[in-house]
Amino acid sequence: MLVDIENLRITFENNGKRFEAVSGVSFKLEARQKLAIVGESGSGKSITARALMRLLPAQAQVTADRMLFDGIDILSQSEREMRKLRGGRAGFILQDPKYSLNPVKTIGNQIAEAWLTHNKGSKKEARDAALNLLEQVMIRDPQLVLNAYPHEISGGMGQRAMIAMMLAPNPSLLIADEPTSALDASVQAEILRLIDELVDTRDMGLLLISHDLPLVSNFCDKVSVMYMGQIMEELAAKDLAQAAHPYTKGLLNCLPSLDEPRGDLPVLTRDPQWLEEQAQ
Amino acid sequence: MNRKVKSFAATLGSVLVTLFGLSVITFMIGRVMPVDPVLAAVGDNAPADVVAAARAEMGLDDPLIVQYWSYISNVLQGDFGRSVLTRNPVISDIAHYFPATLEMATLALLIATLLGVPAGIISAVKQGSLTDQIIRVVCIAGHSVPVFVLALLGLLIFYVGLDLVPGPGRQGVIYDGMVPSVTGLLLVDSLLAGDMGAFWDAVHHLTLPVLILAYFSMAYITRMTRAFMLDALKGEFIISARAKGLSGWSVVMGHAFPNVAVQLITVLALTYAGLLEGAVITETVFAWPGLGQYLTTALMNGDMNPVVGTTLIIGAVYVGLNLLADILYRVFDPRVA
Ligand SMILES: Nc1ncnc2c1ncn2[C@@H]1O[C@H](COP(=O)(O)OP(=O)(O)OP(=O)(O)O)[C@@H](O)[C@H]1O
Ligand SMILES: [Mg+2]
Repeated sequence: MLVDIENLRITFENNGKRFEAVSGVSFKLEARQKLAIVGESGSGKSITARALMRLLPAQAQVTADRMLFDGIDILSQSEREMRKLRGGRAGFILQDPKYSLNPVKTIGNQIAEAWLTHNKGSKKEARDAALNLLEQVMIRDPQLVLNAYPHEISGGMGQRAMIAMMLAPNPSLLIADEPTSALDASVQAEILRLIDELVDTRDMGLLLISHDLPLVSNFCDKVSVMYMGQIMEELAAKDLAQAAHPYTKGLLNCLPSLDEPRGDLPVLTRDPQWLEEQAQ
Repeated sequence: MNRKVKSFAATLGSVLVTLFGLSVITFMIGRVMPVDPVLAAVGDNAPADVVAAARAEMGLDDPLIVQYWSYISNVLQGDFGRSVLTRNPVISDIAHYFPATLEMATLALLIATLLGVPAGIISAVKQGSLTDQIIRVVCIAGHSVPVFVLALLGLLIFYVGLDLVPGPGRQGVIYDGMVPSVTGLLLVDSLLAGDMGAFWDAVHHLTLPVLILAYFSMAYITRMTRAFMLDALKGEFIISARAKGLSGWSVVMGHAFPNVAVQLITVLALTYAGLLEGAVITETVFAWPGLGQYLTTALMNGDMNPVVGTTLIIGAVYVGLNLLADILYRVFDPRVA
């Protein structure tokens, strides 16, 4: 079992006001399995993923009955041990390469740094590794990108570079938090396919966060649907058509279809009862 | 590349315009001030025809544009006229007084930077902690109490009260004029002369004014560093740096700090410029024979050539430091096209 989370709760405390952003999320991820977490903006997808790597700011209180990564209890690890996991055992790809890459450091340096953090070797070896990784993510002109600054390359190339950086230490889990939302539609599918291939060839597990339910269901084994900090429904990707929960159906319904053009898009109706049902 | 050259040319152009404006303003100051330069030269009781002759000889009857032209061509040759008070050419007075200001300002900037930047980084990283609070309180005192109050308090406590530092001035009486002037910087000159006594005497005299100026500047540098760092630490690239497994310290110094370094250069350049021009008050309190004191003495006595010359020099230094900051910005920030 790669990831095993039971009853995860995340509470923010700002100026004495408490706000529970994630309320009892549970899911499991086997090795080499691909899980998508889908839900609307603000439903708590990102902070759930960040909690797993303990990347949340100090004002976030995280509790869980169980939060295991590869059998390791995340909540009781020391910061030093967490650093070995981060990047080393689990890579974390963020949404927008424009902001998630350091603007004043070259791509090559940023990838080499990731490699050096988890491998022993010289600067030269790290640089060679960085070049090799850029080739693996099938970037055009890797030699050029190696010396480029983030603002000098396109969003798609930036996201490839980000993936290369997170693959540097050979992780067994890849977490991708909306890795394509900031990219052009034409590049989105390419990047997802690349992630899919890399996950397959390297035997990694994948935790893919998105708000595009139909898109991710093509790439993942199962889908968890999140709403207001809770998981509404978890189902196998191939069973999406038989989704039981009205919210899931709503998410599927809201998308315009090219095959059957229709007038107004349906509005997603929300029922407060959904949350109570989950709480029981 | 071409864009780089172009935008740099634009900066240079604006520098030239600024310098031109500065020269016009100083020229005007020289003409419209209530002090009549003719009377200052020939004396209040000179007969009318002497005054008129002197006026014509000084070119004051020419059209303004002609006067400006001769003024600017003199200035460009380093000729700012003579001081009535010291009877020296203004340029050699400035060469004499400026090093005293430079020495004090440079040391103050050095200390302020060495303390202020780390303090700003620490208080940003530990935002809201006790350390942050302490640093904040120290800084508020630094930039809300006027310099002359700090300076007078400093003299009162450390000179009058504790007798830890020497009184006003740049040198003790016995060392005055003993060290041959090479650079005009006493610390350097005394070392060059191998006169350790004079060196330590200069150090003692520098200590209090430098520390007070440094404290004042440190408050500003700390505050700016803290603000820049807080902003940088909010960046998404900080999350990805941590997600790579970097330690907290390498994230702060390796990822956040390089992002603010360039902005800091500008702050340091402006602080330095402020120290060079704004040391006037400190120089007055400490009877420091620097440019500020030269300027105020001349101003009080209606000695206009030094006023104009000093203003020009200070303005040029200010513009020059801005230009330097701009160049460093271009060199060090990959994002600037
Ligand atoms: N530092 C914070 N302090 C307070 N609340 C926060 C903080 N970070 C996140 N939240 C809250 O937690 C909730 C979940 O945020 P999260 O970023 O996980 O949403 P998301 O599902 O990833 O949405 P999106 O699709 O927009 O990325 C939001 O309501 C957000 O306001
Ligand atoms: Mg998110």
